[in-house]
Amino acid sequence: MEKNKVIQVEGLTKMFGDFTAVNTITFDVKKGEIFGFLGANGAGKTTAMKMLIGISKPTSGNALVAGFDVYKQTESIKKNIGYMSQKFALYNDLTVTENITFFGGIYGLSKDSIKAKTKVLLNELDLENVANTLVGALPLGWKQKLAFSVALLHEPKIVFLDEPTGGVDPITRRQFWEMIYKSANQGTTIFVTTHYMDEAEYCDRISIMVNGKIEALDTPEKLKQQYNAETINEVFLKLARG
Amino acid sequence: MGVSVTNISKSYNGTKALQNLSFEISDGELFGLIGPDGAGKTTLFRILTTLLIADQGSATVAGLDVLTDYKTIRKSVGYMPGKFSLYQDLTVEENLKFFATIFKTSIKENYDLIKEIYVQIEPFKTRRAGQLSGGMKQKLALSCALIHKPKVLFLDEPTTGVDPVSRKEFWEMLKRLQDKGITILVSTPYMDEAALCDRIALIQEGKILEINKPDVIVKRYPKAIYNVKANNMYLLIEALKTYKHQHSVYPFGEFVHYTDQRNDFKIKDLEEYLIAQKRSEITIKQTQPTIEDTFMELAK
Repeated sequence: MEKNKVIQVEGLTKMFGDFTAVNTITFDVKKGEIFGFLGANGAGKTTAMKMLIGISKPTSGNALVAGFDVYKQTESIKKNIGYMSQKFALYNDLTVTENITFFGGIYGLSKDSIKAKTKVLLNELDLENVANTLVGALPLGWKQKLAFSVALLHEPKIVFLDEPTGGVDPITRRQFWEMIYKSANQGTTIFVTTHYMDEAEYCDRISIMVNGKIEALDTPEKLKQQYNAETINEVFLKLARG
Repeated sequence: MGVSVTNISKSYNGTKALQNLSFEISDGELFGLIGPDGAGKTTLFRILTTLLIADQGSATVAGLDVLTDYKTIRKSVGYMPGKFSLYQDLTVEENLKFFATIFKTSIKENYDLIKEIYVQIEPFKTRRAGQLSGGMKQKLALSCALIHKPKVLFLDEPTTGVDPVSRKEFWEMLKRLQDKGITILVSTPYMDEAALCDRIALIQEGKILEINKPDVIVKRYPKAIYNVKANNMYLLIEALKTYKHQHSVYPFGEFVHYTDQRNDFKIKDLEEYLIAQKRSEITIKQTQPTIEDTFMELAK
C-alpha cells in the first residue's frame, strides 16, 4: 500500500444475481482526508460501503482498507476502522457509560483504558450529568455526537459515517462537523455519506455515484467549475439522474 | 380556515412536547413546519389528525373540532406519517385498494389526483410494499394518503433521508397538489425546503420561534453576515470562535458564516486578526442570510 493512501479501491464490483449494484468503482482516499461519498438513494453507496468495512464480499475487483484486503482480512479491517450510521449507532436501553464500556470492550480496550477514556469523553461532550441516563432518552443530536466519539474510542485509522446527521438540528449538525474536522486534523480519515449538500462542501474531496458507478470525483471547488454550477447541490442535480 | 391551532400544549411524563402553540393555516395554503428531531412536529401532527389528545388548548381542521368532530376529520384528511406505515406484506396495488375501500371510494374515482405520482410506481404494482426502495415507498404512501381526496394533507417529514433529486421532485409534486386546492401542512428538517412553502413556522423544543413568509423571515435577520474562507477550515473555525468580537460562527458549505458583536465592524480588522492567527488565502465578503441562519440565531 502506498504510505499516504488509507483506502485503495480498484474496479470494485458487487452483483446481486444479474443486477450490478456497484459497477467497477476505482478511487483512493488519503490519510486525514474528509472524503464525501454521495449519490441518490439506490445508487449503490451502502453496498459499496459494506464491502469496504468488511461485511460484504465483492464480486470482483480489489480494495485495501487501512492496508488490509477486503476479501481475506476483514477482521483486521473491522479492528482498524470505526463505523456509525443514523440507523444504528448505540444501544438505546443501555446508559451512556454502559454504551462506552460495551463498545470499548468489543474493540478490546483494557478496563483502565475504558475508564480513562470514558472520563475524557464525558467531559469533552459535556455529558457528565447524563452519564447514567439511558441513551434512548437523549436528544438525537447528543446521541449522534456520542456515537461519533464511541466510533473513535479505539483510535481507528478510518471512520465510516453513514448519514450521521439526518434529522439533526442545524446547530448540532455543525457541532458534529466541527468534531469531524478536529479528528481529521489529528490524522483520522473520514469517509462520510450525506444528503445535505452543504455538508458535501465541507469535504476535501467528494465522489458522486450514479447507478453503481462513480460519475464524478474531485474537490467540491473543481466539481463546481467542471459542471459550471454555483453549489454542489446543482452538480448533484445535473449528475444524479444519469 | 384550513387549520386553526389555539394554545395547544402536550406533555409526556413531564417532558413538554408542545408549549402553548397557536397558529392558523388558510385554505389552500402550503404551510411548512420547520424544526429538528424532537421539536414536537410529530406530536402536533398526531393531535391534528385526532390520533392524540392535547392536554390543553383547542384545534380545528377543515373547520372541524379535533375532539368533537374527530370522525369527520378522519374522513377529510390525508396523513403520511414519518415512519412508513403501509402494509409491508401487501402489494403496491393491494395497499392502494385497501385504503380506497376503507374510505368507501375506489382507485378509479380519484385516479386523477394520484395519477402523476402513481404512474411512477405502477410498473411495480404487484411488488410487496416491503420490497420497495425508499423513494417508491414514499410515492406509494403519498398515493394512499390522497386516494380519498382529502381537504387537508398532513405530511410528516416526507423527505427525511431522501436524496436531493427525489426531494426536488417531491416538492414539485406538492405544488401541483396545492394547485388542486388541497391545504398542505408539511414538516421537514431541511431548511432549504422552507423557501418552497407559502408560510413557515420555525419550531424548536415545542415552541414556535417565528411564523411568516420565508422571505420575510430572512429579511428580519438582525445582523450582517459574512462569508469567510481560509486555507484550513478547522483552524479557521477555531480562530473565529476565539475572536473576542464574534457573535456567531457557523460552517456553511465552503464558507464559514460569521457575525460580529460590533455595529462598526470592519472586514479589515478580522482579516488582520486571521493573519495574526497564521491563516492564509483569506477571503471575507458580506452575504445574504438564509432560513438556516435565522433558525440558528433564534435557537441560540
